[in-house]
Amino acid sequence: MGLLDARITKHNVLVTSVDNVMNWARLSSLWPMGFGLACCAIEMMATNASNYDLERFGIFPRSSPRQSDLMIVAGTVTMKMAERVVRLYEQMPEPRYVLSMGSCSNCGGPYWQHGYHVLKGVDRVIPVDVYVPGCPPRPEALIGGLMKVQELIRMEQIGITRAEALKKLEEKSVDPGHLIEDARQGARAS
Amino acid sequence: MSEQQEHTPAIPPAVERARVVWTVISEKFGDAVSPLDENPTMPFFEVARPELWLDIALFMRDNPKLRFNYMACLSGMDYPGEGKLGIVCNLESLGEHGYTIAVKVKCDREGGVIPSVSRVWKTAEWHEREAYDMYGMTFGGHRDMRRILCPEDWEGFPLRKDYQVQENYHGIKVPY
Repeated sequence: MGLLDARITKHNVLVTSVDNVMNWARLSSLWPMGFGLACCAIEMMATNASNYDLERFGIFPRSSPRQSDLMIVAGTVTMKMAERVVRLYEQMPEPRYVLSMGSCSNCGGPYWQHGYHVLKGVDRVIPVDVYVPGCPPRPEALIGGLMKVQELIRMEQIGITRAEALKKLEEKSVDPGHLIEDARQGARAS
Repeated sequence: MSEQQEHTPAIPPAVERARVVWTVISEKFGDAVSPLDENPTMPFFEVARPELWLDIALFMRDNPKLRFNYMACLSGMDYPGEGKLGIVCNLESLGEHGYTIAVKVKCDREGGVIPSVSRVWKTAEWHEREAYDMYGMTFGGHRDMRRILCPEDWEGFPLRKDYQVQENYHGIKVPY
């Protein structure tokens, strides 16, 4: 029985900071805007379905931008669609987050050079917080990206900007190369 | 050995059937249709007088010897060397005679008009809109001649061979 538990059971008092509680509440109930654009959307749907089950993170797609705090741009953004994406983004309440899913949305993907009709990266029209690479990314990759959004929310504080939160997140970042090397060395040792 | 001598390159059945079709049409329209191109993949003829295209289409659909009741596809074409735009229609006499033939119609590259066959085969309605959207020829008599894929205010026609993509669309940079 830890100190925290004792305080809750004996005195009904929980000591924490407002930042902590608010961030925890927000990151535990991310509601993405439920819209898909192309093949990535199939992966997004698979991630939402029972096999990968996003609801265990409290992530549940909403069908109105007014009830969403996360926009997953899943797939090819055509020039015709770009303005609609912006409109949906503008209808979302603050604080809002954008996750760009897949090569098309990140940079135009296979339409990079000759696709006259494709927006070469959704960050040309709306600010993106997290990019998920892949064509299309597997559900595990999308979950990784969503956890990155959660980490970003955890870094936020009242009175600091998103950019500062991102900087804090960057300081915390781990080089995956080191992790892999450590794991290999561990495997060799054992 | 004798078997080899007897063996002459057979005319593919598709070409044979297309010959029958072309004969019926050219008997009626004479010089308005070009000679048949007897390629084994998709035999085709060209409509030499585009203004007769609608009449030819109606004849092909309603003549009991032809009964082309199905338009499988209508594609646009660009011939910058000739200064022409064109369409290729793949027609079939589905469940009737089993004929298959393609028809080509050309018009001028700038401001060219091809008669619409959307009232003959309803499939042509959207196909013609697509050809207009991508190549820029208009279809005379089409009841809803709008772009279908690109936005209404898109500049240029993307499948023309000399197409240059526009720099900006509603303030968004288009090329990489």
